[in-house]
Amino acid sequence: MSLTPADLTSAVAGGIGASPQRPDGNLKVRGEFAYASDLWHEDMIWGATLRSPHPYARIVSVDLTEALKVPGVHAVLTHEDVPGQNRYGLEHRDQPVLAEDVVRYQGEPVALVGADHPETALRALKRIKVEYDVLTPVVDMETAADERPLHPAGNVVRHVPIRRGDQRAEAEVVVTGRYEVGMQDQAFLGPESGLAVPDEEGGVDLYIATQWLHVDQAQVAVALGLPLERVRLTLSGVGGAFGGREDLSMQVHACLLALRTGKPTKMVYNREESFYGHVHRHPAVLYYEHGADRTGRLVYVKARIFLDGGAYASSTSAVVANAATLGVGPYDVDNVTVDCWGVYTNNPPCGAMRGFGAVQAAFAYESQMDRLAEALGMDPVDVRIVNAMSEGSVMPTGQVVDSAAPVAQLLKLVKDKPMPPLPAAVDLRDMPGGVSNTTHGEGVVRGVGYAVGIKNICFSEGFDDYSTARVRLQVINGEPAASAHTAAAEVGQGLVTIMQQIVRTELGVERVTILPMDTGIGNGGSTSASRQTYVTGGAVRAACAAVREKLVKLAGGRAPVDLVDLLGDDVIDETVEWRHRATERIDPVTGQGNAHVQYGFAAHRAVVDVDVELGLVKVVELDCAQDVGKALNPQAVLGQIQGGSAQGLGLAVMEEIQLADGKVRNPSFTDYLIPTVLDMPPMSIDVLELADPHAPYGVRGVGEPPTISSTPAIVAAIRAATGLALTRVPVRPEHITGT
Amino acid sequence: MDFLRPDTLAEALAHKAGRPDAVPIAGGTDVMVELNFDHRRPAALLDLTRIAELRTWDEDDGAVRIGAAVPYARIIEELGGRLPGLAMASRTVGSPQIRNRGTVGGNLGAASPAGDTHPVLLAAGASVEAASTRGTRLIPATDFYLGVKRHALEPDELITAVHVPVTRAPQQFSKVGTRNAMVIAVCSFAVALHPAEHRVGAAVGSAAPTPRRASAAEEFLSAELTSTNQWESPEPLLDSVKRRFGDLVAEAASPIDDVRGSAAYRKHALSVLARRTLGWAWQDYAGKVA
Repeated sequence: MSLTPADLTSAVAGGIGASPQRPDGNLKVRGEFAYASDLWHEDMIWGATLRSPHPYARIVSVDLTEALKVPGVHAVLTHEDVPGQNRYGLEHRDQPVLAEDVVRYQGEPVALVGADHPETALRALKRIKVEYDVLTPVVDMETAADERPLHPAGNVVRHVPIRRGDQRAEAEVVVTGRYEVGMQDQAFLGPESGLAVPDEEGGVDLYIATQWLHVDQAQVAVALGLPLERVRLTLSGVGGAFGGREDLSMQVHACLLALRTGKPTKMVYNREESFYGHVHRHPAVLYYEHGADRTGRLVYVKARIFLDGGAYASSTSAVVANAATLGVGPYDVDNVTVDCWGVYTNNPPCGAMRGFGAVQAAFAYESQMDRLAEALGMDPVDVRIVNAMSEGSVMPTGQVVDSAAPVAQLLKLVKDKPMPPLPAAVDLRDMPGGVSNTTHGEGVVRGVGYAVGIKNICFSEGFDDYSTARVRLQVINGEPAASAHTAAAEVGQGLVTIMQQIVRTELGVERVTILPMDTGIGNGGSTSASRQTYVTGGAVRAACAAVREKLVKLAGGRAPVDLVDLLGDDVIDETVEWRHRATERIDPVTGQGNAHVQYGFAAHRAVVDVDVELGLVKVVELDCAQDVGKALNPQAVLGQIQGGSAQGLGLAVMEEIQLADGKVRNPSFTDYLIPTVLDMPPMSIDVLELADPHAPYGVRGVGEPPTISSTPAIVAAIRAATGLALTRVPVRPEHITGT
Repeated sequence: MDFLRPDTLAEALAHKAGRPDAVPIAGGTDVMVELNFDHRRPAALLDLTRIAELRTWDEDDGAVRIGAAVPYARIIEELGGRLPGLAMASRTVGSPQIRNRGTVGGNLGAASPAGDTHPVLLAAGASVEAASTRGTRLIPATDFYLGVKRHALEPDELITAVHVPVTRAPQQFSKVGTRNAMVIAVCSFAVALHPAEHRVGAAVGSAAPTPRRASAAEEFLSAELTSTNQWESPEPLLDSVKRRFGDLVAEAASPIDDVRGSAAYRKHALSVLARRTLGWAWQDYAGKVA
């Protein structure tokens, strides 16, 4: 009998399909986990950032004299001190590390101070004199394309058209709408932070909370004018990300100060600065027209979508592609006309946030499906099921959906759940307004709403999306032990647990160490697009397979033996680069092409109690059904669905960065509200595991789909309770009371 | 920055007399935020946490004297029966952690128009005890709030306590926020029935430059209840009376448009809160009299 790598897999506890404890769980619960803001180095200095108070202005002069005189100040830097290219950006290098002759948004970094105490740094910042010639900001995304160009190529970052089928199709029943989505923030709890340590040879080590070490490394090296290998990054403890750490914040700044002063330099933003220090979710204005026949079948969908990218491109191009290609939702529609524009304005830069373009479109298309149901006198779930996409469906891009797409099933699952009872007695915690004691039942009306959404999983449009994993197997203290090393960022989602589980399952070894994530190994890709379990999980699995091949060789084809005996003093060490199947760019005129790797789907039913006199909302129930392909860690899957749904709830009823003429009015957690435990109800969740044959273990990305359908389901429920049109999120009390 | 740590009240008052620019700090839930965000840089902090007498309360002559450094959590636990309105307002303050640290003394010292306890103190007829080396005086809450974050203390005075009349009569507090917990007031309202005086106290928060009494509403309702002999034999309140009361409360406010809400919404919401809380308080009262 000949041995195959599969024979070497034995069942051990804590493998895939189980929910073992997180390796960092105890530390986090006890408050002992070291986040990036806890970094410390002997002799370190503190960096601070001077930011523009204006959304748009010319810089007339910068005078550092007084700042340099402050005792304890080691350096004061401007763009003139950037040794490499003073430009960075995820998709377009359009953003200066430090502003040159113009600032394009409020909060844009203008100068840096390095000092021996953070207070000293703040004092010195106040002594930098910047003279501005204030300009009128461009703030309207619908007209920005025709206004004063903020960048050389004009104010359109990207326009994506989708043309499918008969562009002149007509229908018996037509509903139209204009919808608005406010600017949501990721509101991660661990602020931007990092520590740059200069080496003896002019290079630098950066310890940083980020989502993608290698893309940071590449941008930092270009700005510093250093070869890649002189800029080494190690992931520090990350306190949440949700897309807000894809772009650089203080990475280059800390390195500049460290290299200039020769001292380790730490930077930490406070909460207010954090609101200026990272990109937000694109606000959107969306015009939709749906045409259907009398049975409710969609004949055509037309949409014009505007996304406000703010002052710099960030990932606007990809967000535009998502909003456009996913713009009709998880429905079969033969005739589609979509135009989506991402534009530059002088509002805060917008980029990645959980749901990435799909969130904005879903609020509009799901609102439209409810309007259609109303126009037809149909049940809102029925009109969705009539049009529900399924495996084999064709997307508006022409791409065939070639794995499970159980849209109708997900809708039925949430619809068939028992309804929550009306409260039997007054408990303020169950009331709209909660413990603030605003109602004992007066004015309270219940409503129910449904929504379903679609999200692309992994990077799209031909991007070479891969991850690198190194797995090592040896005997330590008489026990087989494995370690896994990647550069994929653990941001709180549990990738470290998933990697351990995969190695346990693949190698039959219980003891698995996850090494610190750093740029000492190849690219792990971004912790974005719900992709790490799929791609880095795939890489770890492939590296384990390579280790098993070596074991087979070592065993010389004999029957499986004990690993300890087989290995002896040998160390097996394999590094593998693993990529998912390729995608392609979409046609720039027709939007046709196999743009996406995989699609994820979730459906929600929201039950709300609305105090219609005060405009306050209590989400009573927010139940979800989602297909995850295969739940590698069922508890982590539930955590993602709960967290994603909560973030969608936030967008539905409270979360918005409010702007006035390009200025942020609420940069604090006093006035930027995120849901508490009294806002987010316990959830009943149905998890389907319909394996995707193209994906490792059949997994389907989990993190984003629940954010997408949560918002429109809640708004639909508020509409059902109030009878109001409610075309903007977040819904404010004033929208409900009309005051 | 100097950090003054008196062990006794007398020492604290001496410090304050010598350093009127010293900012008193107890729970630190306001002061520390201002320091951390560099919004304020006082020359000295006067730490009151070592002064035992500021952390006690006692009842005397129909009023509870609450030391300025008694945290909200203790008011909720220990004084809910005697001071129902203040306990209700305390329950809406911040998070459990903030309620363990924050104090009514601090709420008064900050004198924010959005402070949660102010409307109750106004409606209940509380007084603020202010002390200095020159002596101690009681300032009626009605005279305490002078402007946005400005109050009637002299520079050498410290808030040592707040005196709140004990009552068995119903009180209600209600606040609107756009989150169901841990939220700053968009607007707030307190009502207190004073049957012995045939009087109703009512006050609004977060709806004017200062917390303020809704005097016209108080007078209307007190007169209405007295003239119909309702204090002695309460009847269910007419809808028209509750509405008129709500309208007058809204008229007492002079709110602004800001990120938390529009002026129009605040007025509207206050009228609703006034109507509802009066209904609850009156139902409670009628039940007790019967």
